[in-house]
Amino acid sequence: MRHALSIGRKEFNAYFTAPIAYIVIAIFLLVTGWFFFSTFFLINQASLRNFFGLLPIIFAFVVPAVTMRLFAEEFHVGSYETLLTLPVDFSDVILGKFSAACAFIAAMLVPTLAYPVMVAALGTLDWGPVVGGYLGAVLMGAAFAAVGLFASALTRNQIIAFIIGLAICFSLTLVDQMAFFMPQALANTLSYLAADVHFQNVARGVVDTRDLIYFLSVCFIGLYATHLALSTRD
Amino acid sequence: MIRVENLTKHYGDVCAVNQISFDVQRGEILGLLGPNGAGKTTTLRMLTGFLKPTAGRIQIGDYSIEDQLLEIKKMIGYLPESAPLYHDMLVFDYLHFVADLRELGAGRRLDRIRVLGELCGIHEVMHQPIGELSKGYRQRVGLAHAMMNDPDVLVLDEPTSGLDPNQIVEIREIIRRIGKAKTVVFSTHILSEAEATCDRVVIIHRGKIAADSSTTRLKETLGGRSQIHMTLTGADAEAVRQELSGVAGVMALDLLEPVNGAVRLVLTCDAARDPRSELYHRIRATDWTLLEFHQETLKLEDIFRELTKEG
Repeated sequence: MRHALSIGRKEFNAYFTAPIAYIVIAIFLLVTGWFFFSTFFLINQASLRNFFGLLPIIFAFVVPAVTMRLFAEEFHVGSYETLLTLPVDFSDVILGKFSAACAFIAAMLVPTLAYPVMVAALGTLDWGPVVGGYLGAVLMGAAFAAVGLFASALTRNQIIAFIIGLAICFSLTLVDQMAFFMPQALANTLSYLAADVHFQNVARGVVDTRDLIYFLSVCFIGLYATHLALSTRD
Repeated sequence: MIRVENLTKHYGDVCAVNQISFDVQRGEILGLLGPNGAGKTTTLRMLTGFLKPTAGRIQIGDYSIEDQLLEIKKMIGYLPESAPLYHDMLVFDYLHFVADLRELGAGRRLDRIRVLGELCGIHEVMHQPIGELSKGYRQRVGLAHAMMNDPDVLVLDEPTSGLDPNQIVEIREIIRRIGKAKTVVFSTHILSEAEATCDRVVIIHRGKIAADSSTTRLKETLGGRSQIHMTLTGADAEAVRQELSGVAGVMALDLLEPVNGAVRLVLTCDAARDPRSELYHRIRATDWTLLEFHQETLKLEDIFRELTKEG
């Protein structure tokens, strides 16, 4: 575990030595800020519903961009070999990179804390959904990061890693919209699989164990699949 | 120290390494030689636990690679081919990261990095991003990476490629110094390098071991022939051929282009029967003038070519 921490710290710093971090954060803030404020004054409510409503779909794009380089770049440069012949095992590497991605996503959310602060100054803000929303955002970010990490472990090409990650996260986000076309039994399963539904539950300020378990199991499945992808690599 | 038994590696249908076995003693420097694609890198990758062998056993120290990989990784320092490192990181940060993973105590890290900086000559690039370094410097950073915890076994994949002649000499010097107390395995396709540094060479060809012995033994046993170069004036080429080709021990006589009327020839001789004194006596009996007379034993290059000839 100590090694996972060292690797995580190194990966987190690596985000900020390359320009990628600043670009991703800037785009994220621009997009969320634009969509949030373009309707904020029309709706005329002191709430962050709009901001959190958009978050799943924005995360489906941004998080795979954050995670795409984690393994693909190492395979491409060859540094994966240097890393793996140091006294570390797969789980150190996976957990290290995963925690770095989660920390980065959390750091990306920090500037958006300005929204609730500002909204609270304009009207009476109910802080429950805000806290729930940020908790849900971190959980969903972690789940998508695990998926993105898996996508990155599949290929040495970062673009492909991004597209695979995007495809999975996008499907996870919108799968409940497909439920209309399905028989009832399948529709329930599909809406259980939807990250969107679980996130909105948490973002309402209701922290239900079902939603927590959903996000944690997506994390676990993503990380386990990454482990499989790495250990079957030749 | 290292024991490899029947090591085999398949990539799909392609057999990259086919049942090779060798031992390396503590304090020995082993050179792994072979043409491109012979299986050197694959062998080293299996030795360091990066690739899983299809079959065979590897034992390093008291540990076997299947069960105690982490222990083995702790005692091996490995420099992969062309030193793939993190391009965005500063050299110092990278070495610090490696020291961290190698579990060097916080107090020892700076000292160790300073020592390695001196040893590998990377002091002046410590605060540059690795991606901006020249290939030679990157190779040296890789070497520092491999030697971070003063490992018992050092595995280097083509450590001198991309270095200038001075650096090559320095790196060889470092390898030889380390090799006195530690075990070093390195691959190369530069034979003079193997000759200059190794105690023993293993020549791999098409995934199989073509030769495994000390450099001097290899030259004796496989280099069963020597060549004698001669230049004579005042002689007729045909007469020289008649006179000298009959000497016992001479296997072949080749005439080269004459220079300024001097006859030049190369004799291929059986090393077991030295024909030199007989040749000298024969020439002294004539009125030819002997300008040049020297012998060359078969070089490692020739042996290498002999062993790895296609077909």
